[in-house]
Amino acid sequence: MADLTTDFLGIRSPNPFWLASAPPTDKEYNVRRAFEAGWGGVVWKTLGAEGPPVVNVNGPRYGVIHGADRRVLGLNNIELITDRPLEVNLEEMARVKADYPDRALIASIMVPCEEEAWKAILPRVAETNADGIELNFGCPHGMSERGMGSAVGQVPEYIEMVTRWCKQYYDRPVIVKLTPNITDIRKPAAAARNGGADAVSLINTINSITSVDLDSFSPEPSIDGKGSHGGYCGPAVKPIALSMVSEIARHEATRGLPISGIGGVTTWRDAAEFMALGCGTVQVCTAAMTYGFRIVEEMCAGLSTWMDEKGYRNVSDFVGRAVPNVTDWKNLNLNYVAKARIDQDLCIKCGRCYAACEDTSHQAIAMKPGRVFEVIDAECVACNLCVDVCPVENCIDMVPMAAGSTDPRTGRVVSPEHADWTTHPNNPAAQAAE
Amino acid sequence: MPTTTTPGIAAGRLPSDMLAENFLDLHPPMSAHEAQVAADRCYFCHDAPCVTACPTGIDIPLFIREIGAGRPDAAAREIFEANILGGMCARVCPTEVLCEGACVREAAEGRPVEIGRLQRHATDELMSRQGHPFARAAATGKRVAVVGAGPAGLACAHRLALKGHEVVILEGAPKPGGLNEYGIAAYKTVDDFAAREADWIIGVGGIEIRHGRWLGRDFTLDELTSDYDAVFLGMGLGGVNALEVEGAQLEGTGDAVGFISELRQAGDLSALPVGRRVVVIGGGMTAVDCAVQSKALGAEEVTIVYRRERAKMGASCYEQDLAASRGVRLVFEAMPVRLIGDDRLEAVEFEYTEAGPEGLRGTGETFRLAADQLFRAVGQTLGTVEGVETAHGKIVTQGSGRTNLDKVWAGGDCALGGDDLTVTAVAQGRDAAEDIHSMLTG
Ligand SMILES: Cc1cc2nc3c(=O)[nH]c(=O)nc-3n(C[C@H](O)[C@H](O)[C@H](O)COP(=O)(O)OP(=O)(O)OC[C@H]3O[C@@H](n4cnc5c(N)ncnc54)[C@H](O)[C@@H]3O)c2cc1C
Ligand SMILES: Cc1cc2nc3c(=O)[nH]c(=O)nc-3n(C[C@H](O)[C@H](O)[C@H](O)COP(=O)(O)O)c2cc1C
Ligand code: SF4
Repeated sequence: MADLTTDFLGIRSPNPFWLASAPPTDKEYNVRRAFEAGWGGVVWKTLGAEGPPVVNVNGPRYGVIHGADRRVLGLNNIELITDRPLEVNLEEMARVKADYPDRALIASIMVPCEEEAWKAILPRVAETNADGIELNFGCPHGMSERGMGSAVGQVPEYIEMVTRWCKQYYDRPVIVKLTPNITDIRKPAAAARNGGADAVSLINTINSITSVDLDSFSPEPSIDGKGSHGGYCGPAVKPIALSMVSEIARHEATRGLPISGIGGVTTWRDAAEFMALGCGTVQVCTAAMTYGFRIVEEMCAGLSTWMDEKGYRNVSDFVGRAVPNVTDWKNLNLNYVAKARIDQDLCIKCGRCYAACEDTSHQAIAMKPGRVFEVIDAECVACNLCVDVCPVENCIDMVPMAAGSTDPRTGRVVSPEHADWTTHPNNPAAQAAE
Repeated sequence: MPTTTTPGIAAGRLPSDMLAENFLDLHPPMSAHEAQVAADRCYFCHDAPCVTACPTGIDIPLFIREIGAGRPDAAAREIFEANILGGMCARVCPTEVLCEGACVREAAEGRPVEIGRLQRHATDELMSRQGHPFARAAATGKRVAVVGAGPAGLACAHRLALKGHEVVILEGAPKPGGLNEYGIAAYKTVDDFAAREADWIIGVGGIEIRHGRWLGRDFTLDELTSDYDAVFLGMGLGGVNALEVEGAQLEGTGDAVGFISELRQAGDLSALPVGRRVVVIGGGMTAVDCAVQSKALGAEEVTIVYRRERAKMGASCYEQDLAASRGVRLVFEAMPVRLIGDDRLEAVEFEYTEAGPEGLRGTGETFRLAADQLFRAVGQTLGTVEGVETAHGKIVTQGSGRTNLDKVWAGGDCALGGDDLTVTAVAQGRDAAEDIHSMLTG
């Protein structure tokens, strides 16, 4: 049996599945039940400064994108940080941590961008015996209008400064949670590292309006006829999160910085993908909010059976394994030539590949009498669109051409050598280098 | 109180709640959410096989996409443009051999997109919400007579009215709809849908129906051709074939179409008598409908006896399974040779058959089924229509329903070459209307 135990910054948890800072971790009641259900750790719902807590709207705070059977594909929220008093949260955290010493408990914090504010809250968090802190520089709505959340996360200098304060006034691991609402994720990650952060976590939610009501013309979620952009999360954001994680994992200035992966993790497979791109743990919010805490059972079972099948004994055996395979476009092998091939036995003759290729791609599929669809190798550029739109799994394959054979499209012999854009004759930069 | 085992032919064999349950909608309507989920299964095939399989060529992938995008009314418009009886067809078409039979998901996984029910969802939605979705073209001053207000006649009249012509439908029966009203199984078209649909179609304007007017009894074809610019014959098959066996006159024998018609018009099903042991002779949809509805009325034993093998049966596999699931017994390769009884039918003697080079013949081996009631469902016939060329008991047509007579078109069951389905009648009525229109305006 694979061992799912995770050691992240010296924080141990029985599995890599943590609940992200959000409603599922908003109070003792939830967190106790989450731990009973088997979650490896939680990042407590973000704490604010001492004093009267923030208030939330009293109307809908979530919007949604549904698939046809009302499957939740994406969720958007305009919720703020915890609206319960700091004192209450701290007491609850201390009690829960004492009762579940084997689970990770991280305090998420968002206070104004002033040294005093951080200096005031950090010792109090330390008293709870939480395993570490996560700096919420991510929430894109509400708090950002007050100079917090993503308003900090979008300015690398602020990130570095606040991180440094935290390392100064707090002696346990500091994780910086990044906002995806920037153009280059490597900059804030590098700033966090420069400030002394032990790890980054990402992504927080993405600026979004889920829909517009065409009767009232209000954005959704609508509060008395008006809407505000909210933060988008759930399965729809996973590709964005994976890419950002990979950027940090391979960029020179951030390589090796521990990462806690967040964004659309819904099943064990999503988690394994984040981990393959270098994440030591993953955090889950929307999936838990959609299906409840019990999904962690599927996640643990799925990950451990997959690890058994592959012969990985510990999660560290595969964390980061995909990182070396992420590269720049210019390094991709242009001598790799593939052709689509349709398995006529599996084909159900829907013609979607034909419509897609004929109307929008390379006119490389022929429709023959009897609705027989065949790839015309002399036209196929191997774009993969037909594979993507085909409703039958494995019906269309991308078959690499053997070295030495001739590509009927270009008339060129397929070379066994690697050749990419950096050396391509059409690349002015390559020519200049000669 | 009679029960299912009361001997002879009796009414009220089942309590009214059971009767109601037995005659519930066979394919109940979909909720909006159910329709969304069902619509999502459509692959929006290129040059979709389902469209080719639909005799009226409805653009099925497009209308399903419109349902998926939350516009069932737009979907319905798409349907009605091709088939103004899309509501009835959604209920009665043997989709398993038409659109759904051609669905690629039928080939892939044996579970087609539920095209029929989706079509019903869309058409119900539009018909319940607004009047007529189409407006008539400017009046042409031309007048066309349509004989028969069945699916063929209604489709033809509607399309002609849309083009701006004035249409008079001459219909012998007191209600419009043809077999939609008098023939289709009750559980396929509940809540008086046939009448509501006919009203809705006529609602487009420019169509006058005159009931109680039989061609050949109340007027002649000659009169029509001189009074009108064109004539469409859509009178279906009014007569029924007889059973030529000994004892055919015994009390307790009847024809299936008449029985169903009576059932369809019955206000109170518990007043409708049915035998304890019913035998239905035939192998088409009529035989199945007659048998299933006899069973639903409370007959104890119902048997369909078909003279050929199962694969030759006119009723689709779905219909055969429906009959079996409702407790009807199916017997193949046997033909009636003698009806037994004094005055009243008591039993039927059958002989097994085998297919030989000369056609079907008896094997000599016989068996008997006890029976209080026997229904003939062995096909319908066209009476004679003066001057019109017929073959195989149907009107000969060319192209879009042109007969041998100038100015006279025909379509639906009365015309040669159709499939004797509601949907083919609609297609032929519509196409004839287009042809008449181009002749009148050409
Ligand atoms: C019992 C039964 C069940 C069926 N079930 C199905 C089914 O489930 N699905 C399916 O697709 N098809 C079914 N069919 C077939 C379908 O009903 C017919 O194919 C369709 O109704 C043919 O339409 P039509 O307009 O040609 O004729 P009809 O529907 O027969 O209409 C003809 C009309 O003309 C009138 N008429 C006849 N003679 C004259 C005259 N001389 N003068 C004036 N008016 C006249 C009649 O009163 C009638 O109103 C069934 C048929 C039967 C008998
Ligand atoms: C309703 C809601 C409230 C959230 N509140 C917080 C918060 O207080 N602090 C924080 O760091 N992230 C917050 N998030 C972001 C999540 O922690 C997480 O980063 C994001 O939802 C992406 O993960 P997911 O795709 O698994 O949901 C919130 C998300 C949701 C849906
Ligand atoms: S891979 Fe692209 S170009 Fe080739 S057949 Fe498929 S869709 Fe057409």
